[in-house]
Amino acid sequence: MNNLIPLLVVIPMGVAFAIPLAVRMNPRLGELLSILTALTLLVISLFLPSQEIIYHIGNWPTPDGIDLRVDGLSKLMLLIISGLALVVGIYSVGFIRQFTGHYRYYTLLMLMVTGMNGVVLSGDLFNLYIFVEIATIASYALVAFGGEHEDLEASFKYAVLGGLSSSVILIGIALVYGMTGTLNLTHLASRLDGHVLTPTLQFALALLFCGFGLKSALVPFHTWLPDAYPAAPAPISAILSGITSKAIGLYVLVRLLFNVFGITDDLLLLLRWSGGITMVVGALLALGQWNIKRLFAYSSVSQVGLIVLAFGFGTTAGIVGAIFHLVNHAVFKPLLFLNSGAIEIAAGTRDLRKMHGLRSTIPVTATTHMVGSLSIAGIPPFNGFWSKLIIVVAAVNAGFMGWASLVVLMSIVTLAYQLKVQTAAFFGSNTRSPEVTPSIATGSRSNAEPLFMAVPMIILAIGCGALSLLTLTGLDEPFFVASAAEVLMKGVFTW
Amino acid sequence: MIYFLCFGLILVGLYGVLVRRNTVKIIISLLVIEYGIHLLLVLQGYRRGGVPPIVEPGTDQQTWIGQSVDPLPQALVLTSIVIGLGVLALLVSLSIRLFERYGTMDISKMRRLKG
Repeated sequence: MNNLIPLLVVIPMGVAFAIPLAVRMNPRLGELLSILTALTLLVISLFLPSQEIIYHIGNWPTPDGIDLRVDGLSKLMLLIISGLALVVGIYSVGFIRQFTGHYRYYTLLMLMVTGMNGVVLSGDLFNLYIFVEIATIASYALVAFGGEHEDLEASFKYAVLGGLSSSVILIGIALVYGMTGTLNLTHLASRLDGHVLTPTLQFALALLFCGFGLKSALVPFHTWLPDAYPAAPAPISAILSGITSKAIGLYVLVRLLFNVFGITDDLLLLLRWSGGITMVVGALLALGQWNIKRLFAYSSVSQVGLIVLAFGFGTTAGIVGAIFHLVNHAVFKPLLFLNSGAIEIAAGTRDLRKMHGLRSTIPVTATTHMVGSLSIAGIPPFNGFWSKLIIVVAAVNAGFMGWASLVVLMSIVTLAYQLKVQTAAFFGSNTRSPEVTPSIATGSRSNAEPLFMAVPMIILAIGCGALSLLTLTGLDEPFFVASAAEVLMKGVFTW
Repeated sequence: MIYFLCFGLILVGLYGVLVRRNTVKIIISLLVIEYGIHLLLVLQGYRRGGVPPIVEPGTDQQTWIGQSVDPLPQALVLTSIVIGLGVLALLVSLSIRLFERYGTMDISKMRRLKG
């Protein structure tokens, strides 16, 4: 079973480079191969055991060789990555036809999956950096995939800021290596354990925090995100917001803080404040948006803030809530972005002020969008309610009454901007002026929801309801999530 | 001393990224930062008067460990250069496409995104 672990990185990478060759035989093979790959990865990650495994590449022992490590948290992330890749792959079959050269799209998608899987599995700091770069380079290219003015501009902005953050991360890694003489996470943790961080290491930690903070779009490093997500094709926005920014930003940040450097009260304070500010700023900026995808992008900023805030409580309940919300966000936010793709095709615009009464045109999207909106706003019985409930209860139990009330307040703001989308897009009479025709070749209005696009949206909408069932094992230890939270609560790695 | 120089190099690059308006100059500044970091990485493994980290038959292990430079950062820098090449190629092609679309290299004139 352990021998399957490297396959999680090798398969998508191999497929990524096989796709350009395969499409010469049959142009449909690109779609087919990437969907099959995602399915394979999903099956492999389902069968991974939940306890900690360290796989030594080439059988070199821990500090000398390259490690891949799997534990509860990585397993959860792997499941989300491959699940989302599958859903997005199916959706892309219907959506991506409007672009030319779509086999390149699937190649880049598979490369992004490679990068994310690698980050989640990697057991040492430098390989982690390499996989982060693979994932981000693929995502720069995917953001620019449309090739229009805005897409290129957003991608350039994202690439420059992303390049800066990678540089900052690399300086941090260089300093860590210079001070401790190791890059293996386990070895590093054992060398740092019990020591007060020297000023150089504190500086390195600050650099790493800023670097990965930019990748996960914490305020004030969020400015690339509301440009990049709307510019990307809808399925790419879905996977970027659903998992990429978390796998290569938030996951690494949390892993380093909790499992390697060791969490302290000061760091928790930093997490709480950066998370809290991100949550408030993101939600308030979302409220004022009229571009539907930009609104969802700011909403992503806000939700990531909530997750970071919940990590900052430092209690088991807080971490369970944070991870559970991360999982939920990886279901409802992609759902909203996929819906926005269908809305865009049906309405021919992204501007909420120019849409009316789409409910009759795209009934499936209207229904799934209602589910997604209620879920993100935290209305029972959908999954968003449970994770927010856990977070609020955790905040109260940890004695942070102010933060608890802020979370509730921001939930109301979330509900407000989701209702804005609902009223503008789906309700009202369909009195659209006839000159606003669907801009996109795939659809006259009647088939704005081809089967390939409708099915993923329905799957994710069902997911919004079904993930609530994870709480059946108890609110303080949801299924899957509890074992992931346990990894972080155990503190630094022991060697 | 060299540490200060390579931090100087990084800061020069940072200044360029922040202040320059031309896409090509921004890309060059990013490269300057990257070179500064590579220098920093190599310095971490350097030792004055060190020998190359190659074990030959008959080398005494203990004195070799005492003398050789650390090979790991050099390997890291090689990898990092390759990554840098990938990012560079992407950035340059983006800036070419941007020039085709906007007819300018000035980022202050590319202002379609706001909000």
